[in-house]
Amino acid sequence: MALGVREYTGIGEIKGPLLVVKGVSRVAYDEIVEVELPSGEKRRGRVLEVGMGYAVVQVFEGTTGISPVGTTIRFLGKPLEIPVSEDMLGRIFNGLGEPIDGGPPIVAEEKRDVNGAPLNPAERAYPEDFIQTGVSAIDGMNTLVRGQKLPIFSGSGLPHNKLAAQIARQATVRGEEEEFAVVFAAIGIKYDDFLFFKRFFEETGALGRVAMFVNLADEPAMIRLITPRAALTLAEYLAFERDMHVLVILTDMTNYAEALREISSAREEVPGRQGYPGYLYSDLASIYERAGRVKGRKGSITQMPILTMPNDDITHPIPDLTGYITEGQIVLSRELHNRGIYPPINVLMSLSRLMKEGIGPGKTREDHAEVSNQLYAAYSRGVELRSLAAIVGEESLSEVDRRYLRFADLFERRFLSQGERENRSIEETLDIAWEILSVLPEEELTNIKEETIRKYHPKYRRPKPTVS
Amino acid sequence: MPVKGRIVRVSGPLVVAEGMSGAQMYEMVYVGEAGLIGEITRISGDKAYIQVYESTSGLRPGEPVEGTGGPLSVELGPGLLGTIFDGVQRPLPLIAEEVAKSQPKRRMFVERGIRVPPLPRDRKYHFRPATDHVKVGEKVEEGDIIGYVRETSLIEHKIMIPPGVRGKLVWLAPEGDYTIEDPVAVVERDGRKIEVKMYHKWPVRVPRPYKVKLDPVLPLITGIRIIDTFFPMAKGGTGAVPGGFGTGKTVTLHSLAQWSEARVVVYIGCGERGNEMTEVLERFPKSKDPWTGKPLMDRTILIANTSNMPVAAREASIYVGITLAEYYRDMGYDVLLVADSTSRWAEALREIAGRLEEMPAEEGYPSYLASRLAEFYERAGRVEALGRPPRTGSVTVVGAVSPPGGDFSEPVTSHTTRFIRVFWALDTKLAYSRHYPAINWIQSYSAYVDLVTPWWHENVDKRWREYRDEAMNILLRENELQEIVRLVGTEGLSEKDKLVLETARMLKDGFLKQNAFDPIDAFSTPQKQFALLKTIIDIHRKGEELIEKGRTAREIREALGRLYIDIVKAKFTVPNDRLEEIEAIRRKALEALEKLEQG
Repeated sequence: MALGVREYTGIGEIKGPLLVVKGVSRVAYDEIVEVELPSGEKRRGRVLEVGMGYAVVQVFEGTTGISPVGTTIRFLGKPLEIPVSEDMLGRIFNGLGEPIDGGPPIVAEEKRDVNGAPLNPAERAYPEDFIQTGVSAIDGMNTLVRGQKLPIFSGSGLPHNKLAAQIARQATVRGEEEEFAVVFAAIGIKYDDFLFFKRFFEETGALGRVAMFVNLADEPAMIRLITPRAALTLAEYLAFERDMHVLVILTDMTNYAEALREISSAREEVPGRQGYPGYLYSDLASIYERAGRVKGRKGSITQMPILTMPNDDITHPIPDLTGYITEGQIVLSRELHNRGIYPPINVLMSLSRLMKEGIGPGKTREDHAEVSNQLYAAYSRGVELRSLAAIVGEESLSEVDRRYLRFADLFERRFLSQGERENRSIEETLDIAWEILSVLPEEELTNIKEETIRKYHPKYRRPKPTVS
Repeated sequence: MPVKGRIVRVSGPLVVAEGMSGAQMYEMVYVGEAGLIGEITRISGDKAYIQVYESTSGLRPGEPVEGTGGPLSVELGPGLLGTIFDGVQRPLPLIAEEVAKSQPKRRMFVERGIRVPPLPRDRKYHFRPATDHVKVGEKVEEGDIIGYVRETSLIEHKIMIPPGVRGKLVWLAPEGDYTIEDPVAVVERDGRKIEVKMYHKWPVRVPRPYKVKLDPVLPLITGIRIIDTFFPMAKGGTGAVPGGFGTGKTVTLHSLAQWSEARVVVYIGCGERGNEMTEVLERFPKSKDPWTGKPLMDRTILIANTSNMPVAAREASIYVGITLAEYYRDMGYDVLLVADSTSRWAEALREIAGRLEEMPAEEGYPSYLASRLAEFYERAGRVEALGRPPRTGSVTVVGAVSPPGGDFSEPVTSHTTRFIRVFWALDTKLAYSRHYPAINWIQSYSAYVDLVTPWWHENVDKRWREYRDEAMNILLRENELQEIVRLVGTEGLSEKDKLVLETARMLKDGFLKQNAFDPIDAFSTPQKQFALLKTIIDIHRKGEELIEKGRTAREIREALGRLYIDIVKAKFTVPNDRLEEIEAIRRKALEALEKLEQG
């Protein structure tokens, strides 16, 4: 696409964030554009469609103040690229990847197209290294592995930022000293949310291994379409060129999807569900799939997108399509949060698809899979019985059923609940699990093999269980 | 003479070119200076609308478009098994090699405009002529087997006279090593000589011919208990697995690909996760086919158009896959085609239709969605293949459906149900409590139960149907009872109903739940399935007798004591070859109940 810069002045139509430029020739699809206003102000955009003699340009900073007269449009002859370098860690950038922290310009080791290219499935390596986050509900029941994409589905006002920060602080791969490099993309979030993360990274002394790409709520929405891609372009460079393990936090993907809907309706495209474009799935996938490990490289990209579910509705297109692409989800619950439980993770709705490869002997502990299955089965039964007890009264339940109720309470108070700075090892997590499972009669533990029970059940390990 | 035009418009995966008069509908074309692969989906005057199978970033009006004179086709011949292709049959490992040649650092990415042949041209295969039933000088027809190549440890590849070729066999290659470009036979017709090679091309959108379609009367055993016993699949049948995210669609499909009795498996990852394909690529060469003990990859073909790969190729990947499946069917093999997920394919249709500014029907999908789905599923079936020797083969099609919000009334799910015969409905609630496979036994159905019953009666036990139906009725009754329990608790139920609840729980824990990752539990032979079912149902029958005599459900449960654990854990403690242990548990349990009866 090396064609050099071409300049035009003929704007045929301005519509929302779009300009239709007339009289152009040899303009490429997806090319990057510079728009210069008569005042000398420069804005950027990209080509969304080209035909004979016209190009449709999306202006990132919006079209406010642009007049068909006196505006110059330059086609830069290349797709949107950002410089990438290891020196970008410790720095803060705007949503297009330009430094905004007053530091020196980035000396690029390389320039890369922000759109990236799809990873070849035949060149991927399957993720299987257990990441200990220190959070029982995640490590014990929804294990995260290196190279996974695991989103947090939250609601407004829920402590997703706290949880993401806790994970970023505590995440380690056992037996390895090296810490994760963090690439953080703020997509249309409020300033105080940004400040929370910035302070958090400063306080933990992690700022030196964090690169932040920031597009705030009051900044142009169109830039949100670029921000996660710019962040992932750097992450790919660090992981696959510089052998680093990178944790990418993208917050909030709901704002991203809304920006996409805006541009789609400005183009008068046929809408899919709830006005979102039919290609929302493919578009989200082009972001989420930029995670993983590849053969012959040491580094990895672990993605943790955060999204707030509109009206806490998990069937809304944004969480719904996300869940179809990501490798599981951590769902936060308003009910648990209101009851004062932190982290308020609804484990029944949460899932880690890559868990099975990351756990077991040599990785966590041999009883992990069975214990996790048993916790799920028992807690879901407990929750079911809880709603039954609310109708018929606890006393009309059988003795075994009452034990399930007790188990569900202990599960939430003892296993789920933990401090914001409490970092539990996987052994601690599993031991707590056994402790609370021992309130159930032994024959109810149908998901655990006999020999595992003999080895780990408190009854056989200690004279008396601590919880009765 | 292939046409040559030039681009006048680029909008995402859609390119419009002019100067294309003479082009055919669905002709494959090369687009732009990079030579991107595309297919013509509409013709208007001398303009052609082209869906491009690679990213169109950087394309500009004025660049050339070149026709190929033929529709999108696949190459059929030895070398398909064990390979992973993209949506238009380019082998992904070779793409990586090609990329690495020019940009070693970018080896892991799929770059554009790379042309690699689907089948290796330099590899030699050992060809054995089928002299047992074809002779030089005699007539041959399409489908006749003229030779054999051992393609993998599991599959003997049969070299057939390609469709459309017939005449006198004038030359047949002697046994020896040949590449696929070497002719292995010469057929003469009307004085014209036709060279037959080990491979030929076939347009993906045209179903391959066969002699006659047969009734699907043989079960396709999958080793998954809820499927084989309650909602069986038949060889040549069609099925759908709908379910919201996290309900275990992919795990179910992987289990099918891994354990089912098919000889060849074509797995299409259509708009799904890259890591899922990687998982198959890493796991299958190491896992053994439970039927033969050979590496699973030796019977598997993967087609990957992951969710971040170009959307137009997603539309093609389904057709590429089913054409490969039909080809092995024609050799006389039972083929299982798994498509994960047909919803992404439908969405690809929707996206292209939207760019073509076609009038949308439901939820933006084009009005031809239903007919496309019908055409696809209709390519399944058990058939008598063309040619000699006579042989039957089958293509079984199982498609995952990913309904938005888990809502089965959406267009793709509701249209799909019209064209399939087996419906394995995955249930979010079951998945939340980690009841896997999360196949809901109330919503699911199989139209093949009656057809496969004779097979079970001949090969497993002649009481199979009786036991299966009784178990099904217990599960249905339990579902009704749960409605009552939700309102008034269990106390108001009769003892008989309480027993139904106990037995249903035993069925769920000891039979329906199955751990796809447990070495013993993952695969149950039909015999083991029946042994487990028989144990639970016999206990239930004995329990009913006891209740008639005044005993309570609680007494029955207590009489079983720890045997209850043995029963529900038998699925992962007793391997397929030690079924006498299940029988022993059954006998002990009945004895315990006998004792209760005697007081």
